[in-house]
Amino acid sequence: MTAKSLFEKVWDAHVVEPEGADKPAVLYIDLHLVHEVTSPQAFSELDARGLKVRRPDRTFATLDHSIPTLAPDADGNRPYVTAQAKKQVETLEANAANNGLRLFGYDAENRGVVHVIGPEMGLTQPGYTVVCGDSHTSTHGAFGCIAFGIGTSEVGHVLATQCLAQRKPKTMRITVDGKLQPGVTGKDVALTVIATLGFSGGTGYALEYAGDVIRELDMEGRMTVCNLSIEAGARCGMIAPDQKTIDWLRGRQYVPQGEAYDEAAKGWLALASDEGAVFDKEIRIDGSTIEPMATWGTSPDQGAAIVRGVPVAGNEDQERALKYMGFTGGEAREVEKVDVVFIGSCTNGRMADLRAAAAIMKGRKVAPGVRALVVPGSEWVRIEAEKEGLHEIFLEAGAEWRLPGCSMCIAMNGDFVLPGQLAVSTSNRNFEGRQGPGSRTVLASPATAAASAVAGHVADPRQFMALEEA
Amino acid sequence: MSNQEPIHSFSSRILVLPEANIDTDQIIPARFLTTTTKVGLGKVAFNDWRYNADGSDKPHILNQIDPTEHRVLVGGNNFGCGSSREHAPWALMDYGFQAVISTEIADIFKSNCLKNGLLPVVVSKEVHDKLLANPQQRVTIDLQQNALTLEDGTVITFEVEAFARQCLLEGVDAMGWLLKRLPDIEKFEQSHGKAA
Repeated sequence: MTAKSLFEKVWDAHVVEPEGADKPAVLYIDLHLVHEVTSPQAFSELDARGLKVRRPDRTFATLDHSIPTLAPDADGNRPYVTAQAKKQVETLEANAANNGLRLFGYDAENRGVVHVIGPEMGLTQPGYTVVCGDSHTSTHGAFGCIAFGIGTSEVGHVLATQCLAQRKPKTMRITVDGKLQPGVTGKDVALTVIATLGFSGGTGYALEYAGDVIRELDMEGRMTVCNLSIEAGARCGMIAPDQKTIDWLRGRQYVPQGEAYDEAAKGWLALASDEGAVFDKEIRIDGSTIEPMATWGTSPDQGAAIVRGVPVAGNEDQERALKYMGFTGGEAREVEKVDVVFIGSCTNGRMADLRAAAAIMKGRKVAPGVRALVVPGSEWVRIEAEKEGLHEIFLEAGAEWRLPGCSMCIAMNGDFVLPGQLAVSTSNRNFEGRQGPGSRTVLASPATAAASAVAGHVADPRQFMALEEA
Repeated sequence: MSNQEPIHSFSSRILVLPEANIDTDQIIPARFLTTTTKVGLGKVAFNDWRYNADGSDKPHILNQIDPTEHRVLVGGNNFGCGSSREHAPWALMDYGFQAVISTEIADIFKSNCLKNGLLPVVVSKEVHDKLLANPQQRVTIDLQQNALTLEDGTVITFEVEAFARQCLLEGVDAMGWLLKRLPDIEKFEQSHGKAA
């Protein structure tokens, strides 16, 4: 028997019709997640053809991108950024009702950012194919899924047929060996991987993350790593399920329960890449050299260890990026005065992320002139965080505590960074204007974002961490 | 998404945006994604490059050309990176573009382009340099021949995924192609424990 990779095992188990020279494979999709922004035109297409959603039991919807993160007023009116945003939300509500879809709407205890709630409820299960009209769908790969973002046309294809026409990508294994230094997180690993591969280094590949560092990461850290695969151009990034995966998912709402769970888990452990599996490309990174990272430019691969300062531009693109950011090559990161800190998103809006930020902010204050916004990734995260009192730590430090949503990551709901302002953000994209026209973004981990909020400038979080950790 | 007009061959001047890594947030900023249709997005294509905060024009080339004369966009390397928003090709097409040329085009964006009839053409650095060296030139793109012809007569062959190419050339409807496979999809669900 030929040795197979994790990707090949999951892919092969979902091929309805194999690909040929003149046609792509027909790939079966186990789980389709839907949100308000990339779905309306797909539902219109179904309506135009007189079709309904074929498998409502495999299709789940949430509200996250366009929704306000401020509470409704006394009359229940939500502070939408525009009437159009409200209409978009109502359109998904109507499409879900019309097609019998489960929508985790305002009344649901599980509403939240699509890539936070999928795993949280156990909708995401090892060995699944998962798609969503969102490029950060790669997040679900942390559970051994082939999970990737699709456009709205393909959202329509999956709604209508539960399948996609797909060519099999090449495979790349990224092995991160060694042991992380204290204070270094999954986000720092991810930003290092992207800086190593380059912004388009993963284009055309499905990534598998392996090695001791990946094994040692908690599930939240693994989700952060897989989430950012697209920022190296890869549609999908995966990690083999192990005991941590099984322990994390056990008892969640949509997974099998009791003995059936243990039976399923046996199959999940068998998904790991076989000894001798061949990848189209392999790269290795020494994890012990990774330090807290921050981006200095306008693409996610333009990042470096904070202690190394801003690099000197090596080409025109880097020069342009530094000019936009207002940074000078060779300067220390500490000179970068911060206006806004955003902690949240599908990349870093989970409990582990909020705990890491709170550990830094506890007993400290957000520096004068800095606006800090903490947005939990889901209602479940919000409730858990409030049970632990994390919201009080944030509020006492002078940060804002919001309702779940994508918020300032994509800045389409009214939460945005003003022109020229510098934000340290736990999100996923530092493109020009991503967080608002003229905004400047530094991507970093929740610990680094919290440390920067307290310091008032881009800061290595280790100076605020307890000594016994070091 | 539904049946498109088949594409065969056309000639046009190019429009060069030489920056590398032009992401979909530049092509159409996220705050314009609250639309529930796909029409009329050309006016916000590259919005923040073209307009000041008060809505007045910036002196950008996209505000100065006649889009009907420049239907081929030549972008820097890794064009269309970032989000999966299909609004990006919708906006580019509504502006007037029929093809995008770069040395590398991001995966999801490329897939979205092909679904809508915006032809993604990947060329070598040498060819890209020739396009950038004469940014006023007229090129011919012939999908039937998979050929790009530069103004100096250079003919370059480019690749388009075979099925997507057939869809574009013959107006084959990709959703319809999948719908025809429903009997096999049902069989697959039965035999793989995935039935409803």
